[in-house]
Amino acid sequence: MLKTTPFHPRTAPLVRAQTWRRWAGYQVASAYEPHPDREYAAVRNGAALFDVSPLHKYMISGSGAERLLDRMVTRDVTKCRVGQVLYTPWCDASGKIIDDGTISRLDGARFRLTAAEPNLRWLAMNAVGLDVTIEDVSERTAALALQGPLSRAVLEQVSPADFATLRYFRLVETTIREIPVTISRTGYTGDLGYEVWVDAARALDLWDALVDAGAGYGITPAGIWALDLARIEAGLVMLDVDYHSAHHALIEAQKSSPFELGLGWTVSAIKKGPYNGRQALRVERNGSPEWAFVGLEVSWESFEALYLARGLPPHLPVIAWRVSQPVYRNGMQVGYATSGCWSPLLKRYIALAHLEASNSAPGTAVTMEVTVEHRRCQAGAVVRSLPFFDPQRKRA
Amino acid sequence: MTVSGYDAILIGGGHNGLVAAAYLARAGRRVLVLERRPVLGGAAVTEEIFPGFKFSVFSYVVSLLRPEIIRDLDLPRHGLQILPLESTVTPLENGDYLGSWADPDENRRELCRHSPRDAEAMSQFGRLMQHMAMAVKPILGMMPPDPTSLAPTDLAGMLKLGGHFRSLGAERFHALFKLMTMSSADYLDEWYEFDPLKATKSASGIIGTFLGPRSPGSAYVLLHHYMGEIDGAFRAWGFQKGGTGAISEAIAGAARAFGAEIRTDAGVAQVMVRGGRVTGVVLENGDEINAPMVISGLDPRRTFLQLVDEKELPGDVIDAVKRFKFRGSSGKVNLALDGLPDLTCLPGAGPHLKGAISISPSLDYLERAYDDAKYGEFSRHPYMDVVIPSMIDPGMAPPGKHVMSIFVQYAPYNLNGGWNDNRREAFGDAVVNTLARYMPNLKSKILHRQVLTPADIERITGLSEGNIFQGELALHQLFFLRPVPAWAKYRTPIRGYWQCGAGTHPGGGIMGASGHLAARAILGER
Repeated sequence: MLKTTPFHPRTAPLVRAQTWRRWAGYQVASAYEPHPDREYAAVRNGAALFDVSPLHKYMISGSGAERLLDRMVTRDVTKCRVGQVLYTPWCDASGKIIDDGTISRLDGARFRLTAAEPNLRWLAMNAVGLDVTIEDVSERTAALALQGPLSRAVLEQVSPADFATLRYFRLVETTIREIPVTISRTGYTGDLGYEVWVDAARALDLWDALVDAGAGYGITPAGIWALDLARIEAGLVMLDVDYHSAHHALIEAQKSSPFELGLGWTVSAIKKGPYNGRQALRVERNGSPEWAFVGLEVSWESFEALYLARGLPPHLPVIAWRVSQPVYRNGMQVGYATSGCWSPLLKRYIALAHLEASNSAPGTAVTMEVTVEHRRCQAGAVVRSLPFFDPQRKRA
Repeated sequence: MTVSGYDAILIGGGHNGLVAAAYLARAGRRVLVLERRPVLGGAAVTEEIFPGFKFSVFSYVVSLLRPEIIRDLDLPRHGLQILPLESTVTPLENGDYLGSWADPDENRRELCRHSPRDAEAMSQFGRLMQHMAMAVKPILGMMPPDPTSLAPTDLAGMLKLGGHFRSLGAERFHALFKLMTMSSADYLDEWYEFDPLKATKSASGIIGTFLGPRSPGSAYVLLHHYMGEIDGAFRAWGFQKGGTGAISEAIAGAARAFGAEIRTDAGVAQVMVRGGRVTGVVLENGDEINAPMVISGLDPRRTFLQLVDEKELPGDVIDAVKRFKFRGSSGKVNLALDGLPDLTCLPGAGPHLKGAISISPSLDYLERAYDDAKYGEFSRHPYMDVVIPSMIDPGMAPPGKHVMSIFVQYAPYNLNGGWNDNRREAFGDAVVNTLARYMPNLKSKILHRQVLTPADIERITGLSEGNIFQGELALHQLFFLRPVPAWAKYRTPIRGYWQCGAGTHPGGGIMGASGHLAARAILGER
């Protein structure tokens, strides 16, 4: 049996078409309604409520906590202030990404790390010789992401915290209707949004409080299908979809460096003490990465013409796809797309792709393989810089 | 004061005028848009009629906006954001309801409750309509060729059209011909047995026209509304965030980004013509603006009979425009609500309140509603298409409060004795009383009521006789006959004077195609 999250008693009755999926050994809703359209719309126009409890969560404390994390990840954790959150990948000694997640500094010597995969062993290996306690709090801590332009208005109904001054990637320890919570201004949608961390024992109270307070603001429980559309628009990578962990890759070609994933900005230029991958990443920064991670915009005219040639109206994916699609330039394969969707907001067919760095400049004309009526075809596409969507309200 | 320096002046900041302006500006033309009202959009405007409550005052949903316009003008970047409006619920006289849901399985099961046979017919009907819409789609993007002309472009156009129809094959061509000529009731009778289903579907065949579901020609209007579905793939159907005015603002934003100048509170009194050629416009405030080209986004009556002197036009054109049928037949009631009303057939705040509620319990009900109008009265029990935009876009009303948009038919422009304040309120009462039969607690929730008759629509937007399509979508007023024979290609007999409103092909709905095709004609594109 897959595990259920602490919110399951509330979410389960809402999943009308029994559309569940696996996430880190848990079952979570793909969508609550049969189609994710309204749930997606809530992300961009109201407030969508996601159960993100399956994230792996580690509490790292002690005088060596800062040192451990700084040693492990590419960003400079010594610069992370109390109440700040860092998004960062972490690498192996060759500078290839193992996983990515967030580090929240809860106080001087206490951090919460989130990860897509189990990292306890890796943390322990890196903690050798340090005075640090590492606790896996994944099951003890439940989490909700409240994302969308009205998410702030909803929280203001139920929490005394000052959300007007809570900046992007900062957190506050506060309460929601008397329930102790940590609220961070973070998320996986590229929109204004917050993540709420709560003791699993109070999870249902938290859900009820938010759903009640959000009623006038269009609060909508939303599943992974809607989240996937939003994160592709926001150009955010997903482990096991857009890249593979260096710990699981069977061949070198399956690994990616931060530079090859568009995460060069997370590699501290003048950083800090030694950390995993420093040597390799320094070399790569001064040289040139082999691959680039970019956006593709499929040409509608070209896409439509492929269908019209078979007497059909164009057929667009309703949910995001997560299969590798070859990308060509002048008849030669120059890369592959790993996620794609029709953006309901932008009214464009978009994809995330790995392209050879020499063929990755924005504006480059390429083609992407699509299957039209059982036949492999090439749809025209143009390289775009990421993200596709970056509203002001995300940081404002 | 006299001003010069523009290549073209657009009269009317409705969505078609703005689309034309955007395309012309994109092509490098210096364009000036003149809008009489303080708000842009014509019939696609959002206004705060009651403090805190925003209304799409007239046009309230978007289904037909052309995908190529969305792309060419990059409208999402300028604020186009279409939210899903997925379902329709028809409350029945017996206390039950007929639901039409987005999920095909849920939809089929629902219809099975009423008629298993219809549930099966549904998917085949959907397939046919998709074929029909695909058959008609190329025509929407085509400048209407004149079948009586021997000019090469007209011949080429007719040939293309002929080739297109031949490619449909006999079965689809016959189906298309039936659609073009039959009544929507007869057409739907060939497919369905459950009367409320036929009534609800036929309702889209009467919207904006002075026809009943049993009037021949109404099936075409059905198709016109179905055409939004062809671009179902593009998913441009639904409710615009912030109301339909935000669509107009998005198009205006694109036009401005291309360099167009847009002025509000700038009504045009007259188009200046010298020697059969346009020379500019005179504003209501007396200012003159010179330009070698003037494009009217107004309806044919205003374009040909009001903005220019009759003596500038051939008599037969004047005659034809005078015979052009407007006959506004619909009204609008906008309500500010203190809370959600309950439907007797489906109490509580379910997902059905995020979709449309159709008051169309039977074909007889609709036909009787038409009977009232035929003899000069508003329907005592009208057809209504009800949406609660604040359920889809929480920004339309304060938290916990709601706005309700009620499209009402029939309300004849030529009411016996004429429209006045008393008659308007009586009409509003008929609407609310009828709706309250299905939503008993509606009246107790009403904070504010705005009632718009065809006379009000004409007065506020300028649409002649309050016709929402700038003239009926009747077969004799379509394609190369819209608005009048020989002048269907956006030109007028006055050199430099063009038309781009919904009164030209293909017309009607927030489609933008008339404005786009007019701009293409002006720019000499095919």
